[in-house]
Amino acid sequence: MPTAAPQAALTHLDVLESESIHIIREVAAEFERPVLMFSGGKDSIVMLRLAERAFAPAKIPFGLLQVDTGFDFPEVLATRDRWVERLGIDLHVASVDEAIAQGIVIDDGKTSRNRLQIGTLLHAIEERGYTAAFGGGRRDEEKARAKERIYSHRDDFGQWDPKNQRPELWSLYNGRIHEGEHMRVFPLSNWTELDIWQYIGREQLDIPEIYYSHQRRVFERDGMLLTESEHNPLRAGEVASERTVRFRTVGDLTLTGCVESPAATVTEIIDEISIARLTERGATRGDDRFSEAAMEDRKKEGYF
Amino acid sequence: MSTDTLTTPLPEQSATSVGTNLDLGLLRVATAGSVDDGKSTLIGRLLLDSKAIFEDQLEAVEATSKAKGHDHTDLALLTDGLRSEREQGITIDVAYRYFATPRRKFILADTPGHAQYTRNMVTGASTADLGLVLVDARHGLTEQSRRHTVLLSLLQVPHITLVVNKMDLVDFDEAVYTQIRDDFLAFAEQLQVPAVATFPISALAGDNVVETSDSMPWYTGTSLLEHLETAENADLFEDKGDRFPVQYVIRPQQGEHRDYRGYAGRVEAGTFTVGQEIVVLPSGVRTTIAGIDTLDATHDQAVSGQSVTLRLADEVDVSRGDLIADAEHAPEVTREVTATICWMSTGALHSRQKLLLKHTTRTVKAVVDGLGARLDVNTLERDGEASELGLNEVGTVSLRLSQPLAVDAYATHRATGSFILIDPATGNTVGAGMISSTHGVEYTI
Repeated sequence: MPTAAPQAALTHLDVLESESIHIIREVAAEFERPVLMFSGGKDSIVMLRLAERAFAPAKIPFGLLQVDTGFDFPEVLATRDRWVERLGIDLHVASVDEAIAQGIVIDDGKTSRNRLQIGTLLHAIEERGYTAAFGGGRRDEEKARAKERIYSHRDDFGQWDPKNQRPELWSLYNGRIHEGEHMRVFPLSNWTELDIWQYIGREQLDIPEIYYSHQRRVFERDGMLLTESEHNPLRAGEVASERTVRFRTVGDLTLTGCVESPAATVTEIIDEISIARLTERGATRGDDRFSEAAMEDRKKEGYF
Repeated sequence: MSTDTLTTPLPEQSATSVGTNLDLGLLRVATAGSVDDGKSTLIGRLLLDSKAIFEDQLEAVEATSKAKGHDHTDLALLTDGLRSEREQGITIDVAYRYFATPRRKFILADTPGHAQYTRNMVTGASTADLGLVLVDARHGLTEQSRRHTVLLSLLQVPHITLVVNKMDLVDFDEAVYTQIRDDFLAFAEQLQVPAVATFPISALAGDNVVETSDSMPWYTGTSLLEHLETAENADLFEDKGDRFPVQYVIRPQQGEHRDYRGYAGRVEAGTFTVGQEIVVLPSGVRTTIAGIDTLDATHDQAVSGQSVTLRLADEVDVSRGDLIADAEHAPEVTREVTATICWMSTGALHSRQKLLLKHTTRTVKAVVDGLGARLDVNTLERDGEASELGLNEVGTVSLRLSQPLAVDAYATHRATGSFILIDPATGNTVGAGMISSTHGVEYTI
């Protein structure tokens, strides 16, 4: 054993990275058919990078699953395709449009694409026999997530039971599931938005350009700036105008707002969010604003 | 490929930004105490003052507080994230909160204080570097604060910090604080807690939380936050043997890496160095480390906490579940362990019960050979020969294993000295174990 070992000086990013890699390797070793839920957003890109690190120089031993809302930003899909190409990884796209066409979910004209993703996702997981699905959720995003385990058990119906979660001790994850059940796994649980950006900077990751400041035609709805789009017709009184904006999250474009920002580099974004006074979900996600328990309710049904 | 040691800090993108957490590592803190002791107020204070609470979160909490008819902002609503918790006004499950100062990033596991949630407290404490025990200055040490301290010490949390809150309600009286502090220090000494610190604060007004306070001129120590920022989080077990549980065998079997074979895992203790002699357990085969790899670099060394891939000099049989350890300080390989168990299931643990035991990356079958002393975490009384262990009870248990494991005592190695117990029928995690001895039936806690 070396006697003159240097004092461990791991940075907080080193520690987070190592913990996430450890989780990803555990899942790959213990589950028959894992999949990584990949949206093309910054969190899932960081997760994919960590998976790349976990198994190098071998290929990532599982594929990607994307739920296409039909209303995704084209820049996000392009970034997704670049990552898939570079890593030579399998991608399965579960489309909300197809799920509607096949009657798997019902588009009543009132339900958002975000909610229709739930049925589409659960169908894809069941049909393709996935036993574990990695998600990019972080505990700092939302207070129901703050309570969720890293290994989050889902029953036969894909539901989360927050009152009956398995204790999770040390780094000993319990991956036991019964036939028909699956595990959601959140390797980024302990990361914050700031950590994600610092890691994107450190690893120089390819992310969708809409995260950086750009000119866009937007309009205001419910206090959010939404992008002008054929999927998102203007309502009476709404006026679109060109502004300098960037997105803090990327999802269904009819619900994902942007913020006015001149931040055009990772460093500028880090400076900006260091002094930001609104959470990224509160600022830009229509899906979380409906009630105090909006996330908890969706998660119980099987949301990401 | 470049060569460096993994300990060299990488350049940060932004080194000067306001509020940007720089590379001073990460400290995991577990809080214990009840809402009545002002725990939520203290957490709220730390989050507010480090700007980890955002306006929309605060507004939501203010609105809910008002709707419930409170005349103050109920900061507990920030952490009580589940509908049932808000309905009942109590914390049931561990909530994780994150905040950072310019010096350090913190992960705060906020655990419930009530006895019926002991398992959640144990969960939060299992990964903690520092445990905060909060007491009300008017009441001093209570049964509950003693129980929390015992649990933190059982889990070998390296730092235990007593926070005497509500000093404003005892007129900032030094004598009150000194009495509580001395009671606590005497108690902690019995438990052999390695690093103890105590602080007189008022979370409501912020005295001694972030800044030292003029209200207590007799107090000459640092603020609580400064203590959290500077508490040593180095591996306390550094000199007792290097440990690397193998998680995954990496064999690309194609292209330029056709002949590559590496063992992926995380260094759980000590430091591994290229050229070092190691032993693979349980087989006992010896070889040396040929290389330490990550995605884009090879390294001379990997330190505790790092996820890497090790290459070995000889072609030896190594698979998931094996442990790579330094040859000089190898752990014992055994099919019998004695451990302190915290039982987490409503159905009691009893003799002859069959369970699954997950230790590092290996899961084996286990049978309960015998039960020893049971510790009542409320009264701290030890019950000599218990016949079973109920929910939230802590006791000494000996287990026989279907396959040998390479284990350490929890007192020297947290990762290789701990395990979880799984009910084979339901798949639920039903117990947490800390190995006290690798054989024999020496029933102590």
